[in-house]
Amino acid sequence: MSTIFSSAGFDFSNQLRNGFLVEKGLPLPKATSTGTTIVGCLFDQGIVLGADTRATEGPIVADKNCEKIHYITDSIRCCGAGTAADTEFTTALISSNMELHALSTGRKPRVVTAMTMLKQMLFRYQGQIGAALVLGGVDATGPHLFTIHPHGSTDKLPYVTMGSGSLAAMAVFESSWRPNMSRDDALQLVKDAISAGIFNDLGSGSNVDACIIMENHTEMLRNVEMPNERAQKERTYGFRRGTTAIKRETIRSLVVSEEVTPVGADDAMDTS
Amino acid sequence: MAQQRQFNPYSNNGGTILAIAGSTFSVIAGDTRQTEGYNIQTRYAPKVFRLTDKAVLATNGFAADGNQFVKKVRQRLEWYRHAHSKEMPIRAIARLIQTMLYGRRFFPYYVYNILGGIEEDGSGAVYSFDPVGSYERETCRAAGAAQSLVQPFLDNQIYFKNQTPPPGQSFPAHLPLPTVLELVIDSFTSATERHIEVGDGLEMYIVLARDSGLQGLDGFQGVTEMGATPEGEKLFVLRRNLKRD
Repeated sequence: MSTIFSSAGFDFSNQLRNGFLVEKGLPLPKATSTGTTIVGCLFDQGIVLGADTRATEGPIVADKNCEKIHYITDSIRCCGAGTAADTEFTTALISSNMELHALSTGRKPRVVTAMTMLKQMLFRYQGQIGAALVLGGVDATGPHLFTIHPHGSTDKLPYVTMGSGSLAAMAVFESSWRPNMSRDDALQLVKDAISAGIFNDLGSGSNVDACIIMENHTEMLRNVEMPNERAQKERTYGFRRGTTAIKRETIRSLVVSEEVTPVGADDAMDTS
Repeated sequence: MAQQRQFNPYSNNGGTILAIAGSTFSVIAGDTRQTEGYNIQTRYAPKVFRLTDKAVLATNGFAADGNQFVKKVRQRLEWYRHAHSKEMPIRAIARLIQTMLYGRRFFPYYVYNILGGIEEDGSGAVYSFDPVGSYERETCRAAGAAQSLVQPFLDNQIYFKNQTPPPGQSFPAHLPLPTVLELVIDSFTSATERHIEVGDGLEMYIVLARDSGLQGLDGFQGVTEMGATPEGEKLFVLRRNLKRD
C-alpha cells in the first residue's frame, strides 16, 4: 500500500518514466545549449573572465549576441556553458544566496563560498543540471579562479577554459600564459583565447565579452571585440502592399460615439 | 550483455549547395567549408565541380563519397567522348547519374547531387537527385545542411510563392542573371549567419547559353572564365568570402 510519505533518498521514478516515453517514441524537449567558449585567467592584480556570445539549438544559431558572463556579487562573476536555462538559473540562485550570506555575516563574501554553494547544488542534482561553469573573483584572501563541472567536481587553476571551444582556447593559454601578467596583457590573452574558440569551434561565434575583476573595481567589457559584423545584403526584401492574398474582408467600427444631453445645465454644483 | 561492435563507414560533412536555372543560363553554387561535428576540417574544399564546359555538378553530404562519385562520373564522360567524339548532353548526364546512384542501392553514395548546365535546346537546366537516384528537372533547388533555411527563401523569391502580383500583372517565369546571382549570394550570407556548418567561402559556377552574350555578368567583380564549348556555351566561376565564425 502506498503512503503519503516518501521514503528517504533519491527518487528516480521520473527517470524511469522518461526512459519509457523515449522508448515509445516521445523524445524529451530539446534545450538551448550554449555550445560555448568560456575562459578565465589570473594576472598580477586580479582575474579576467571571457566568453563568446553564440547560443545554439543543434546546428542552428539561436542567439547571435547572448551574455554568458553572469553576476554573482560585485567582485565575483561566473561564466556559463552547457544548457542555457541551467546556467542562468543556478547563477541567479547562488547570486541571491550570496547576497543573503553577505547581509547575515556583514562581510564581503568569498569566492570559495560561491564555489561551494554551486558544487553542492550541482552534486545534489547528479549532473541533471547541465551547467559547466568558470567562477572567478577577488575577496579578502586574494584572487581565485575555479571551474565547476555539471556533476559537482571543481578545479582551482591559474588559467581555465570550458565549453566546446575549450580546446581551442586552452591551446592559446598553454602557448602564451605566464605568471604575474599585466592587466592589459591578460585581457589581450583572454581576447585571443575566445577568438580561437569563435573561429575554430562551430559551437562558438560572434563577439567577445570580457570582465576584469580587481580588488576594489570590476569592469564588465560587453562586446569588447566584434570580429563578425553582419555583411551588407545584395538586395532589399520589401514587399508591396497587397502582396499577401486576402480571402475575406470585414470592416467594423470600433469607435463608440454617444451624445450627451446636459440636464439642468445652469444648476452648477455648489462647491462652496 | 555481449560487447557490441559497429563499423560506421559514413559521416556528414555539412555545408550547403544551391542551383538556379534561368532561360539562357544556369548558376550552380556551394559554400567551401568542410566540417565534422563541431570542427572545421578545412575552410576550402570545393563542392561544385566542372564536368564539361556546359555541365556542372554540386555534391553535398559525405565529402569522401562526393569526391569519389564525381571521379567516377568524369571517367564515364571521358569514355563517352572517346566512343562518340562529342560531349554528353546534360539530360543524358542526368540519366547516367541516376543509374550510377541506383547501382549502389544497398550501399549508397551518401551524397545529395545537383546538376546544372545548358540543355541541347539552349535552355538553362537544373537536375536534383536523392542519394539512390530519384531525380527531377527543376528551376531551382537547395540541398544540404541549410536546405531548410534556403529552399523556402528561393520558393518565395524565384517561384514567387505566397505572393500575389500587382493587379493586372504577373510574375516572370525566369529572372535575369544579375538578380539570380544576388539571390544566391544573399542565400549564403543568411545561411552563414544562422547555420554553424555554413561559411568561409562561396563558389558560384555560371553557364551561359550560346549566342546569349554576357547577360550582365560583366557587372560583377572577380569573374573568371573557366571554359567554352565549340558551339558557344561559356563557363565562368565567381568566388566570394563568407563569415568564418
